[in-house]
Amino acid sequence: MSEVRVLVGTRKGAFILRSDEQRKDWTVDGPHFPGWEIYHITGTPADPNRLYVSQSGGWFGQVIQRSDDAGKTWEAVSNDFSYDGVPGTHQWYDGTQHPWEFKRVWHLEPSPADPDSVYAGVEDAALFHSADGGRSWRELSGLRDVQGDQWQPGAGGMCLHTIVISPDDPKRIFVAISAAGAFRTDDGGATWMPINKGLRSNMELPDADADVGHCVHSIALHPSRPGTLYMQKHWDVMRTDNAGDLWHEVSGNLPSDFGFPIAVHAHEPETIYVVPITSDSHHFPPEGKLRVYRSRSGGNSWEALTNGLPQDNCYVNVLRNAFAVDTLPSCGVYFGTTGGQVYASADSGDSWAPIVRDLPPVLSVEVQVLP
Amino acid sequence: MIVVTLPMHLRDLARVTGPVTLDVPEPVTRQAILDALEAAYPMLRGTIRDASTRERRAFIRFFACGEDLSHEPADSALPVEVTAGKEPFRIIGAMAGG
Repeated sequence: MSEVRVLVGTRKGAFILRSDEQRKDWTVDGPHFPGWEIYHITGTPADPNRLYVSQSGGWFGQVIQRSDDAGKTWEAVSNDFSYDGVPGTHQWYDGTQHPWEFKRVWHLEPSPADPDSVYAGVEDAALFHSADGGRSWRELSGLRDVQGDQWQPGAGGMCLHTIVISPDDPKRIFVAISAAGAFRTDDGGATWMPINKGLRSNMELPDADADVGHCVHSIALHPSRPGTLYMQKHWDVMRTDNAGDLWHEVSGNLPSDFGFPIAVHAHEPETIYVVPITSDSHHFPPEGKLRVYRSRSGGNSWEALTNGLPQDNCYVNVLRNAFAVDTLPSCGVYFGTTGGQVYASADSGDSWAPIVRDLPPVLSVEVQVLP
Repeated sequence: MIVVTLPMHLRDLARVTGPVTLDVPEPVTRQAILDALEAAYPMLRGTIRDASTRERRAFIRFFACGEDLSHEPADSALPVEVTAGKEPFRIIGAMAGG
């Protein structure tokens, strides 16, 4: 019988939730690293017992933890995220240029093939790679050559929060940066291009169709369709079928097209999920009803999934890294909220139940299925 | 030997349960203590002072003998009670809440 592990990062520690393939009865293990902000905890497909954790805090800065036994023991590895060469400057709030300054790691993306190979997306926005399991990090600084001096932090910080490695070509990597946009490399990170054509930011940018500056909140793809990506932007849900060369809007009948996460069903490449929230300042669901929206047509036509989710007086948010799917035959869907609930659905979103209700605010959710 | 106390989170990270003792070469300064501490406990690198600038992190304080030494130059001499190992060099997570 398979084991399902849900890896949860919160404002005050990490939790590992375990169940069998029925996904009904869960154990809660944690908090690991109590008191620390866990922006991301994730496993490596090549070795499911290898976990990586981004652990940070205002007092003591950034720590990267690694486990080789699924969280029984941990090793603090390198936290030296030194920018390549002279860091340079980016746009600041007052119109001046401001030096790049490392703040924290938002996202860790292990290679599907090599447990020692892992990428880190950081704030101030940059991409780092480790080839030795986190013991050293090297910046892929070509990314910041793409008009980096014009990037400007948004309200959530200038963070590189999403990393997607193309399933058919490990040298093709997509990243997304708040208030800068989406970018792609086809050569393993040496050179990058903006992939923001078709995005429109009418209210946020003086040039709504600018090459950079769009506030991308998250992107996702299905392994069988490496050229099709879905995006939750600040406003608008978008889709591309040519690896980002051109995007088009698929917000359709959503009650709001503002939100943070987006995910693709494990077995249905045209089935996607978003969690609409009201607006850029109202970071809670419309009408106080927590609804996941599912499209089975790759966008435009959406249905509300509400069975088991609170439909009265619910004012939580679901952050960009806090939504995940598993790979079991009846695809499991999971998300965590800023109110500390982690919800699970074992039937592709048709029905939901909380795994745990009272964690600290949830920053990230990942799922592993073990044989 | 120099005695150094760490805040709870850094004790956990270093996997120690109490004060640590360090053999610090003369002259015993804050910088020398932190260099010796990071050599003995590499997991603490970057948590007390910035990894690249080596400046004190904003919400870290250094106390000894009832004095706040946080704003003293890193290469200043420390009180003789600290250098003699009679008083600890205290690394503190500053009050930073509301």
